[in-house]
Amino acid sequence: MKKINIERHELVPKHIILSEKERQELLEKYGITLKQLPKILVSDPIIQILNGKVGDVVKIIRKSPTAGEITHYRVVIKG
Amino acid sequence: MLVDKIEFSLLNPELIRKMSVAKITKTELYDQEGYPIEGGLMDPRLGVVDPGVRCRTCGGSVGECQGHFGCLELTRPIIHVHYAKILFSILKMICKKCSRILIDEKELKKIKERKLAFKKIVKLAEKRCPYCKQEQGKLKFIKPYTFTEDNEILNPIKLRERFEKMSDEDLEILGFKKMRPEWLILTLLPIPPVTVRPSITLETGERSEDDLTHKLVDIVRINERLKENIDLGAPDFIIEDLWELLQYHVSTYFDNEISGVPPARHRSGRILKTLSQRLKTKEGRFRGNLAGKRVNFSARTVITPDPMIDVDEVGIPQLIAKELTIPVRVNEKNIEEMKKFVLNGPENWPGANYIIRPDGRRKKITEQNKEDIVKEIAPGYIIERHLQDGEIALFNRQPSLHRMSIMAHRVRVMPFKTFRLNLSVCPPYNADFDGDEMNLHIPQTEEAQVEAEELMAVRKHIRSPRFSGPIIGAIIDHITGLYLLTHGKKKFDREEFTQLIRAVDPEIEIPDKKTMTGKEIFSMFLPKDFSIEHKSKSCVGCKKCLKERCEHDAYVVIKDGKMLCGTIDKAAVGDEEGKIIDKMEKLYGPEFVKKFLFKITRLAVDVLTKVGFSISISDQDLPQEAVSEIKNVLEKVRKDVDELIKLYEKGELKVLVGRTPKESLEHSIKITLRNGLNEIGSILEKSIKENSTIMMARSGAKGSMVNITQTAAVIGQETIMGERMERGYYERTFPHFKKGDISLEAKGFVSRGFRNGLTPFEFFFDAINSRESLMDKSLKTRHSGYMERRLVGALQDLKVEYDGTVRDSANRIIQFIPGEDGLDPSKVERVGVDVRGIAKELFR
Ligand SMILES: [Mg+2]
Ligand SMILES: [Zn+2]
Ligand SMILES: [Zn+2]
Ligand SMILES: [Zn+2]
Repeated sequence: MKKINIERHELVPKHIILSEKERQELLEKYGITLKQLPKILVSDPIIQILNGKVGDVVKIIRKSPTAGEITHYRVVIKG
Repeated sequence: MLVDKIEFSLLNPELIRKMSVAKITKTELYDQEGYPIEGGLMDPRLGVVDPGVRCRTCGGSVGECQGHFGCLELTRPIIHVHYAKILFSILKMICKKCSRILIDEKELKKIKERKLAFKKIVKLAEKRCPYCKQEQGKLKFIKPYTFTEDNEILNPIKLRERFEKMSDEDLEILGFKKMRPEWLILTLLPIPPVTVRPSITLETGERSEDDLTHKLVDIVRINERLKENIDLGAPDFIIEDLWELLQYHVSTYFDNEISGVPPARHRSGRILKTLSQRLKTKEGRFRGNLAGKRVNFSARTVITPDPMIDVDEVGIPQLIAKELTIPVRVNEKNIEEMKKFVLNGPENWPGANYIIRPDGRRKKITEQNKEDIVKEIAPGYIIERHLQDGEIALFNRQPSLHRMSIMAHRVRVMPFKTFRLNLSVCPPYNADFDGDEMNLHIPQTEEAQVEAEELMAVRKHIRSPRFSGPIIGAIIDHITGLYLLTHGKKKFDREEFTQLIRAVDPEIEIPDKKTMTGKEIFSMFLPKDFSIEHKSKSCVGCKKCLKERCEHDAYVVIKDGKMLCGTIDKAAVGDEEGKIIDKMEKLYGPEFVKKFLFKITRLAVDVLTKVGFSISISDQDLPQEAVSEIKNVLEKVRKDVDELIKLYEKGELKVLVGRTPKESLEHSIKITLRNGLNEIGSILEKSIKENSTIMMARSGAKGSMVNITQTAAVIGQETIMGERMERGYYERTFPHFKKGDISLEAKGFVSRGFRNGLTPFEFFFDAINSRESLMDKSLKTRHSGYMERRLVGALQDLKVEYDGTVRDSANRIIQFIPGEDGLDPSKVERVGVDVRGIAKELFR
C-alpha cells in the first residue's frame, strides 16, 4: 500500500520542534514548567515523523476560520 | 500543618489498630446512671458530643475535639461488600494452590512492561497453573458476597489464606502498590468517632441514637455472640449462621441499598441510613454539603412583573430587605448616618440588625437596647444595616443553563411580598409569572459588589454569546403596543400624544403640532443620528419587495432619527432578533440601549392602555367562501391520497430512490398533505380580515399562523416520530377501521380545527401526539440538565489568566488564547454571506 505523508495532509496542522533556546523562552514567557503544557504522545505519527523525543516542545500552527492562524504548544510525553 | 500530598489506598489492619484509641467489646452504650460505658460504642475516649464534657483522649471540648477512631476485632473475617467484585477478579486470576498469577512468566513480563490494564489481564488467566501445574476449579460469584469453587462455598478465611500467599511482585503487576488484597477481607473494623454519629437527647430526657450507632450495636452484639459460641464449641451450623449474620450486618453498615439484600431497619420499620447513603446522591455529603452548600444573605420568593421599574432593577419586598444586610464599617464621615440606622432598629426599614465590635464580638440590635448601642458605636465598629435602594443584588432563576441565568440588578425596596422584575428580562431567565420563584443574593464586600456590577450587570448581557444578538428586548405586549402605534398612519391628537410622551419622558420637548402620527411619536425616542433599514416581521414576503412603497407597511426605514415608513414589531425591537436593539447596542453602548428599551416598552404599555386591545374567539370566524374553499382543498387532498393508495395497491406507484414502495407511498402522502395545509394557510391569511389574533401572529407578539390555522380550520396530520399513526391494534389504529386501512382518517388525519371541535377518533389521535411531545420535552430537559452538570464538573475551575491563557486549578495551560481565537462570541457580528452578490461581483 502506498505510504501517505500525513505532514502534507490538509487536516494536519504544521508541527515544529522548538530549539532548546526557544523552549526556555516559552516556559519563561508563561512562567510555567514543562508539566503545565498541553501534551502529545511520542507515539503520535507526526512526532515520529519529526523524530521528537520525550521532553521536546512542539509548536503547532493551526488554521482557524475565525482567527486566521493560531499557535499552540505541546510537550512530548512518553506513551 | 502543611499538607504535602494525599495518598489514596486501602486501610490496613495495622493502621486501623494504630489510629484506634479504644477497643470496643461491649454491647451496652450507657450504665445505670446514664454515663457512657468504657469499651462500649459511646466510649468517652472516642470524642465528645455533649457540651461541658472534655474528651478523654485529647482533652478538647465540643468543637475542639474532632473525635477519635476506635476498633472492633471481628471474630471471623468479613468481606467488604463494595470490593467483592474486585476480590472475585483477583481470585479468578490466581492459582488455588500456589497463589501465583495464572499467566506464564514470559507473558507476565510483557504485561509488566506494557502496564496492561487490570481488566485486560483478567482475560489472560489460564485454566491450569503454569507454575505448579494445578488444575483450577470452577469459580462462581454469587452476589452480593458469596464465592464458590466447584459448587462448594469458599469462606472468607480460605479466601484470605489464598490472597495472603500472593507475592508483592505479582500484586504490583495487578496494580496493587503498597496494599494487599487480603485487606479487603476485614478482620478489624474501624469504629467511627461519636462526633460522626452524635446521639440526641430528646426533651423527655430520653436518648436517641444515630443510625450508624444502631447498626454498630448490631455488629458488636453478633460479633460477641459468635465469639461465645466458638468458645463454647457450638455446632458448626450455628457458627456458620452467626458468621453469615455478621457478614450481613457489616455489609448493610457499609451500604443499606445492596440489591438482593433486605435493608436493615430501625425498630420503627424505617430503613436505616448507613455509610453509603450518607455520601451518595444529591442530598449526600458530596453533592449536598461539599460541592453545594446553603448560603447566607440570600432570598427566594415568587416573581411578579412590574413594567414601571427599570430593566436592570429588581423589586425587593421590604420584609426581605430588613432581613438581608450589608456590613458597613463606621468612620468619622458616616457615623451620624450609621447611628440613624441603629436607632431605626431591626424592625423599621432602613435600619440595622447587628453591630460588630472592634474585637469581633457581634451584638443583635433590639428595640430595647438600640439607644445604648447608639451611644457605644465609634469608628471601627461594623454595622450590618438593611438593604437599600440602588444596592447590587444577584438575581437568579433555575435551571441556570447559561450565564444570563444569574445577573446583577439594582435593588428597589417595595411593599408586598414578591420580587418584581421588568418584563424585558424575562427571556434571559426564561421566566413567566405562573408561580415562578427566583433567588436573590447580596454580595457583601465592596470587591464582590464591584465585580458583580462589572461582570454580571443586566446591561452587559443584552447581547447573548449564544447567537451574538440581543437576548433582552421587547416582548408580547410591548410588541403589540408598538405595532398598534406605528402601523399605518395612525394619528393622535395633542392631548393623546402629550400623555404618551410625558408618561415615558418628563423632560423631552413636546412638538408644537395639532396631531402626531405613531411613527412620529416613536421617532421622539430615537437618537438624532440613528438610521436603519430592515424588513418587518410582518413582511409577507412579496415576490419583489417594494421597500418604502410596501403595501403592508412592512419595510422599516429610519433616517437620522426619523421613522419614515414601516412597522415596529419583533424584528425591530424583540428579543433574539431586534435589529434596532442590535444596532443601537453597537453604536451607543449597553447603557443607552437599556434606557431606550425602558422608554419604548413604557410607551408600548401606555399605547395599549390608551388604544385598548383584546382578542376573541370570533377572531377565528371564517367567511362562508373560505369555509367552502378549505373544504374543496381537503376534498382534493383526500382524493389525491386515495389515488396514491390505489396506485400503490396496484403496484404502479413510482418507487423513490432508496425507499421501499411503502415508504415511497408514505412520503408522497406527506408531501400531498403538506401542500394541502399550506394552501389552507394561505386561504386563511387572505380571507380573515385583520383582527387582534392575526395581528399578534404577524407582529411576532405571540402565536403563529400555524396556531391560527389549527384553531380556525384544520389541525392536519398527527404524527408519532414523524410518521403517520401506526400504533394500536394489529394492522390498524382502532378496531373501527378495516385491517390494513391506510386511508387518511384511519391514520390520524384531523380534518377539523380546535374551534369546531374534534371527533372522538381525532381527539384520541391528538392526545397521542400531545403525549409524545410531552414525553420528548421532559426527556430533553433531563438530558440537558445532566449535560450541564457534567460540563460544569469539567470546566468549573478553568479561568482566563491576565496573560490571556486559559488555565486550570493546577495552573496547567488549556488554551493559549481563550477559545483558540480570542473572540468574544457576544461581540461578534452576525452576518449572512451574500453568496449571490459575491458571485455576481466575480463573474461580471
Ligand atoms: Mg412558569
Ligand atoms: Zn478528643
Ligand atoms: Zn499453582
Ligand atoms: Zn412587502
